[in-house]
Amino acid sequence: MSDTEQTPAVPAQAAAPAVETVDKREPLLEVDHVTLRFGGVVALNDVDFTLYKGEILGLIGPNGAGKTTCFNAMTGIYQPTEGQIRFLGQKISGKKRHQITRMGMARTFQNIRLFPEMTALENVQVGADAHHKTSVIAALLRLPRHWKEEREGREKAERLLEFVGISNRMHEFARNLSYGEQRRLEIARALATDPKLLCLDEPAAGFNPAEKEELLQLIRQIRDQGVTVLLIEHDMRLVMGVTDRIVVLEFGKKIAEGLPAEVRDNPKVVAAYLGVPDDAA
Amino acid sequence: MTTTIDPPERRETAADKLRQGRHAISERWHHAPRWVRWVLLVAVIAFFYALPNKEFYQYLGPIPTPGANFTQVMFTVSIYVLLAVGLNIVVGFAGLLDLGYFGFFAVGAYTVAVLTSPSSDLKTLWPWLAVVAIAIGLTMVSGVMLGTPTLRLRGDYLALVTLGFAEMIRIAAVSSEFLKGQRGFNQIPHPPGQYADGRPWFGVLDARPYYWLVLTLIILVVIGVRNLTHSRVGRAWISIREDEDAAQLMGVPTFKFKLWAFASGAAIAGLAGALFAGKQNFVNSQNFELLNSIIILAAVIFGGSGNIVGAIVGGGLVAYMIERFRGIELFGIELYEYRFLFFGLVLVVMMIFRPQGLIPNRRRAAEFKDRRKEVIVGE
Ligand SMILES: Nc1ncnc2c1ncn2[C@@H]1O[C@H](COP(=O)(O)OP(=O)(O)O)[C@@H](O)[C@H]1O
Ligand SMILES: [Mg+2]
Repeated sequence: MSDTEQTPAVPAQAAAPAVETVDKREPLLEVDHVTLRFGGVVALNDVDFTLYKGEILGLIGPNGAGKTTCFNAMTGIYQPTEGQIRFLGQKISGKKRHQITRMGMARTFQNIRLFPEMTALENVQVGADAHHKTSVIAALLRLPRHWKEEREGREKAERLLEFVGISNRMHEFARNLSYGEQRRLEIARALATDPKLLCLDEPAAGFNPAEKEELLQLIRQIRDQGVTVLLIEHDMRLVMGVTDRIVVLEFGKKIAEGLPAEVRDNPKVVAAYLGVPDDAA
Repeated sequence: MTTTIDPPERRETAADKLRQGRHAISERWHHAPRWVRWVLLVAVIAFFYALPNKEFYQYLGPIPTPGANFTQVMFTVSIYVLLAVGLNIVVGFAGLLDLGYFGFFAVGAYTVAVLTSPSSDLKTLWPWLAVVAIAIGLTMVSGVMLGTPTLRLRGDYLALVTLGFAEMIRIAAVSSEFLKGQRGFNQIPHPPGQYADGRPWFGVLDARPYYWLVLTLIILVVIGVRNLTHSRVGRAWISIREDEDAAQLMGVPTFKFKLWAFASGAAIAGLAGALFAGKQNFVNSQNFELLNSIIILAAVIFGGSGNIVGAIVGGGLVAYMIERFRGIELFGIELYEYRFLFFGLVLVVMMIFRPQGLIPNRRRAAEFKDRRKEVIVGE
């Protein structure tokens, strides 16, 4: 690994919050010996880890390691071939995707998937609608519930756009936003569903160092508001700086787990990343 | 590098310009003072209420149709507008390709025919007004029945199934003894109401009252549709159109809302069918050619889908243009005979200059990539 000289203060910093969360050890998400096959391809092979409330867990690994597949299994896009995933103690399998979201799991996508022909505000409002109960009849007749939820949703969306720093682009179509703004909008939209767990799939892909630093700041703020974060990232340095713990995947297998400093010095991880520079996303 | 969407330095296409043009108009409209908008709106509505009066339309130059009774034409046009508004919910907002929308219109018209006409085997002879609600209810039910198995699937299944549905209805109409085929149902009662001197409001000779009735209902339906689209429901529909997977993962119960889009669209078609039957007095199998489904779909494309005003303009213009050709001869050719050729030409031109048309091409792309999207990592 070529980055050992970078950011020497980071491991110590990251270790501090880990200790306090580890003490509580309240599991939020349990990935329990999950195997997932696509025909012959074993995308996840007996992957097993637990995510505790209040922590920022990094999920790293080379391209094609199965990180995104792991997200997809968690959010109900794929069913595990073997094993199970529990969120708040409840089995995920068999639940509809929108139900999983309502239970408190929200995500962003590696390849941005906004609603391009909706404004930034509307994109976030869709997220806020996850917990709204206005029926078609109530909307048709504009019953009080419609007005109440509409106002709530709008205020929440405005607040979140402010939070991620793009409130000046509120009424712009999502497709017209810059790449960085779109990434931020995805985070705002996910946060609007009131997640207990926020899963970010390479949120810093394509960012320059300054933008990455801002994003780190944002992720910390999100955690400080009580949201647990699962972060997929390629950039080792970014992961080191912000995560409490790290799980490393390679070829669908978990090869390491632990504090950032431990993982970084783990020979298996070093081998997995050998020849792969940090920022070759 | 991960794949990114829409690089900002993309070349401007004619479609973009058109979009910008439309955008500029809507910007203007939205920035106009409230009272200006209201005055314009009232003026437009008043214009359309006045339109079928001879005293008014005789001053409108080439607008009245030479080959057909203009008032009758306006009634047909209004029915098409109502249908376009309904189909726009399904295709324009929810992004569901429904190729058999006219089938719902047929269900509405036949429900009225079967329950009111003396030619019907049922001999219920119920009044028109009582049956309208039943017609709307039944079309909704048929929409839900058709949608429940198919809306769970992605891609082109829905298009195929709806196409099959409309064709089934038509064949049933042609060949089933119960639906009377070509002979059809006659003496279908008109809507109720009469003047002080005992003459009915809705007679045989004058199409104006029917047109006014439909126009009034269009206004009510548009208010309803607007309420829906400016709410959680409309956001859910559009999010489904834009990216169904992402919508689900943001907590949208997509199946439920697709079904609602389908049912609402069907209900509006049912209403249109009931109005049509009440006006025509006679319903038979010739009224429900497949071509009609295509015309309405084309109208929605033409007007600009996902936009209520677009659907109204599209539905109105398309229906009007078809009728306008009647009685026009060019080099000895009766243009009406070639109306669909011309129509197809217009659509082809539209598709060239506005290819994203009604179903945004992103959805198209999504159908192909679908779940594999997540895996696509360049280089
Ligand atoms: N839908 C799918 N069908 C077939 N193979 C898939 C599918 N999704 C993922 N894979 C495979 O699973 C492996 C892990 O992919 P992915 O989870 O996207 O990796 P990562 O996100 O870690 O880069 C890859 O080999 C990929 O080709
Ligand atoms: Mg990935």
